[in-house]
Parts: sequence; C-alpha cells; structure tokens
Amino acid sequence: MSTQSSRLAARVMVAPSVVLLFIWMAVPLAMTLYYSFRLYRLLSPDRTGWVGFTNYLWFFNSPDFWLALWNTLALVGGVLVITVVLGILIALLIDQPVKGQGMLRILVIAPFFVMPPVAASIWENLFMHPQNGLFAAIARGFGAQPILFLEEYPLLSVIGIVSWEWLPFAALILLTSLQSLSSEQLEAAEMDGASALSRLRYIILPHMTRAITVVILIQTIFLLGIFGEIFTTTQGGPGSASTTLPYMIFKQAIAAKDIGRAAAGGIIAVILANIVAYFLMRGIGRHLDA
Amino acid sequence: MARATSPRRKTLTTIAAWSVALIIFFPVLWMILTSFKTEASAVASPPELLGADWTLENYADVWSRSDYPRFFWNSVVISLGSTLLGLAIAIPAAWAMAFVPGRRTKDLLMWMLSTKMMPAVAVMIPLYLLFLQLGLIDTRIGLVLALMLMNLPIIVWMLYTYFKEIPGEILEAARMDGAGLIKEILYVLTPIALPGIASTLLLNVILAWNEAFWTIVLTTTKAAPLSAFIASFSAPQGLFYAKLSAASTMAIAPILILGWFSQKQLVRGLTFGAVK
Repeated sequence: MSTQSSRLAARVMVAPSVVLLFIWMAVPLAMTLYYSFRLYRLLSPDRTGWVGFTNYLWFFNSPDFWLALWNTLALVGGVLVITVVLGILIALLIDQPVKGQGMLRILVIAPFFVMPPVAASIWENLFMHPQNGLFAAIARGFGAQPILFLEEYPLLSVIGIVSWEWLPFAALILLTSLQSLSSEQLEAAEMDGASALSRLRYIILPHMTRAITVVILIQTIFLLGIFGEIFTTTQGGPGSASTTLPYMIFKQAIAAKDIGRAAAGGIIAVILANIVAYFLMRGIGRHLDA
Repeated sequence: MARATSPRRKTLTTIAAWSVALIIFFPVLWMILTSFKTEASAVASPPELLGADWTLENYADVWSRSDYPRFFWNSVVISLGSTLLGLAIAIPAAWAMAFVPGRRTKDLLMWMLSTKMMPAVAVMIPLYLLFLQLGLIDTRIGLVLALMLMNLPIIVWMLYTYFKEIPGEILEAARMDGAGLIKEILYVLTPIALPGIASTLLLNVILAWNEAFWTIVLTTTKAAPLSAFIASFSAPQGLFYAKLSAASTMAIAPILILGWFSQKQLVRGLTFGAVK
C-alpha cells in the first residue's frame, strides 16, 4: 500500500473534525476579542467605539476580580483534593471482598447521572435550607442552631455540592485501576513485613498514579466552567463571596448588560484556562497516550 | 486484587462499604422519597419517613401543568442526535489518527481536548448572536450542532483510545483481500470496535442529556430539553418541595436507568483507555 495516498486519505478523514472544532473555537473567540476592546452596553446602544484596554483594566482594578480568580482556583482545587482523596479511600474500601459489590457500584455512581441544576436544587432545598432542610432538622434534633450553609459558607457549600457530583467519577476510575493491581505483589510485600501504610505508599499509590492524573485532567476541564451549581444556589453571593470568574462574566453580561466588559472577562478566562491547560497537558500527556 | 480474609473482617468491610455507598446515594434517595410525599409532609419537622403521607399527586400535578413529553422528546432528540452526528464525524478522524499516525497526531489530540477548556460563559454572547443570525435559537438542530461540537473532542479521544488497541494486521489482511477504505471501516473496523463505539455513545448521550448551560442559553420554549425544564421549574416554585422533587426525579430518571444498565462500559470508557 502506498503511504503517500493513505496519508492523504488520513488527512481528509481528520479534516472535518479539525475544521469544525476550529470554527467552533475561533469564530466566537475572535468576536469576543473584538468586543473586548469596544464600548458596547445594551442599555446605551448608541454609544459605541474603541476603548482600548479599558474593559480589561476595569477587571484588574476591581477587587471582586481577584476574589473571583481566587474563588475559581479554590473551587477547582478544593473539588480535586476532596474527590481524589475520598475517591482513593472509597476505591480501597469497595475493592475489599465485600458482599454485593455490583449493587455498591450502582449506588456510588448515581450522582454522576444527576444533571447539575437538579443536584444543586436537591442540596439547596432538601438539605441546606435553614428552615426546611434536612441538615436544619438534624441540628434542631440536637438542640443546635441550624447552620446557614449558603449564607455563611457559600463557597464551601458549592465545593461540597460539586464534589458530590464528581466523587463517583473519581472513585470508580480509581477502583478500576486498583482492580488491575496484582494481588501477588501485595501478598509478597505483606509477607516481607510491609505495614498496610507502606503497602499503600509504595505499591498501591504508584500503581494508581496514571488513574489519578486522568481524574485530575478530565475533572479540571469540566470544573473550570462550573456555572449551573452557582447559578442555582448562591447566585455568586452573598456579595461576591462565591462568585467565580465565569459567574462574574455572566453577571457583567446579563445583569450589567455590558457586553464589552463581559468579553474582556471572557478573554481573561480563556487565558487562565490556557495556563492551567498548559501545565496539565505537560504533566499528563505522556500518561494518556498509552 | 481479591485476597483471602477472615469472615469477621469481611462483615466489617461490608458494613463500612455499604454505609459509605448509602451516604453517597442518599441525596438521590431522599429526593425520590420526597417526591412521593404531600407538600406538608415534605417539610415536616422532624422529617417524616414511615409515617409520611404518601401520594402520587405531585407527579400528576407536574404532568398536567407542564408539557413533560415535549421536554423529554427534545432531550432524546438533542442528546441522541448530537452524539450520532458526532460519531459520524469522529469515527473517520479517530480511525486515521489511530492507524495512520503522523508526527502531529498527539498535538492535534491535545489541541482538541484543550478546546473544551474554554469556559462556555466566555463565548456566550458571540455564540448567542451567531445563533440568532443563523436562525438557530430555540431550534433542535441548533442544539444538536452546539452539543455535538461541545462533545466532539471527547468523542474523538475515546474512539482513538479504543481504535488504537485494534491490531493493525487485521486491517492489512482486509486490504490484501481487496477491501477499499470505506469497506474497511464499515465491515472490518466497525464490528471490532463496536463495544468501544457503544460506550462512547452512552457517555456522550449522558453528557448531552445533563448539559445545562447551552440548553438554557440557546432555547426558550420550543426546543427546550429537560435540563431547561427543571431550571424553569425550580425558579418560581422553589418552595414546593414535593413537586420540585417529582419534577427533578422525572428529569433524571431516564438517564439514571440507562446509566445503571451500562455502568460497566461507561466506567471503562471514561478512563480514556489510560487505566486498564
């Protein structure tokens, strides 16, 4: 077979995906870039023009921006730490010889199938509500004051909700990896007198490195854009306490109706995502390409 | 790694594992239970379980007051349509990348995945305006296109990892027998890769079904799927716990059942072939 023609055929077959994705990414991005240097407010549509970096400067000069940046990283980082650590523990537990492992998997994976608006509204109303929520009822049962989750700990509450949504993903992928670990290796280590902790440290965790990196990569992709959970529960508040960068952009676009500013925020978010992506891909690329 | 353990230890770990699993599942269970209670019983303090007033009224109410079948059908069309279209575009691409890899193939895959890192909110306004210009707002075809493009990188990635595991000799044998490219894909590759294609399909149907940003931004009424239905439902009726729970249960039930039946293939697919 001639390599020349098969290479050409390969290009032709890859082309639709690449072209479509390029358009999907480049056209909106170019428009966002254009708007980000323009004065464009829906409330005063007559006043337009080039404003240079004014929209960007508004973000950098706003204390809310730095808070939003911190909140975004805290949300992504917090959820990653919680889901990976708990995911490892759950995987270790389910991997033990337990009765009804199949049913256990079914229970554990359930949150992954719950769409974000439903997940957020279950937690907001049925659990965290200070009057009617289950947590409030439990607190009253102990004679304590109900905790105002969304008012006093808004970001932590959102991190909790999002962690619940992503824990099944982490736990089940880590479990899959754990099940491929040979038991001979562990038994040999046990006979040589290695404690449970050092078996975890020197055999189990190294074996799971690859699975952990996959979990981190996939979750980061989805977590950077978290929006629905915040929109449903705290609306970014109180104040800006749980406003992330995507949510701050959304507020500029929808509440303030300032398209120019929202666009500048969008470009900043894209740059942030690229910085995160760069580090992730460097650390992870070799693990993914089997 | 199954290892011999004492019966006592097995009982203890079984109890521990089941407790953890039930805690994780509990919010879903509580929502389903609440959906069968009367409104008064749903907010009773202390919470009622055995003594609750059970009823099916919430479901009847949600059914009669909203156009559930339309939202449901939109969800089916949009999630299945976007996934099938995505597969049609991604299968040739993944085939080419897996069997005729070039120097840039790896970079290309990384670039595709990186397009998913662009926050949707960042490009919301331009995309909305583009869709408005093209007359795609609140149309099923518009959402099929948007969700297809959103999930295309994931589809290409998953297929690529599956195709890579297929030995190239099989394809060469087919070629020796005179099979053309199209025939090779259709009759040789596709049957072998069917399990991989199936789990790619499942995962992306679930992702599309649960997508709740573009579906809300790009629809108003006609093409709105269940994720938009639930968002509109929770806004004005936030205090009607039982009805909200019934509507939520109706929104997630189809995908929950589908997911439960296919969870083994799903988890395997989700690992992107990087976890054996």
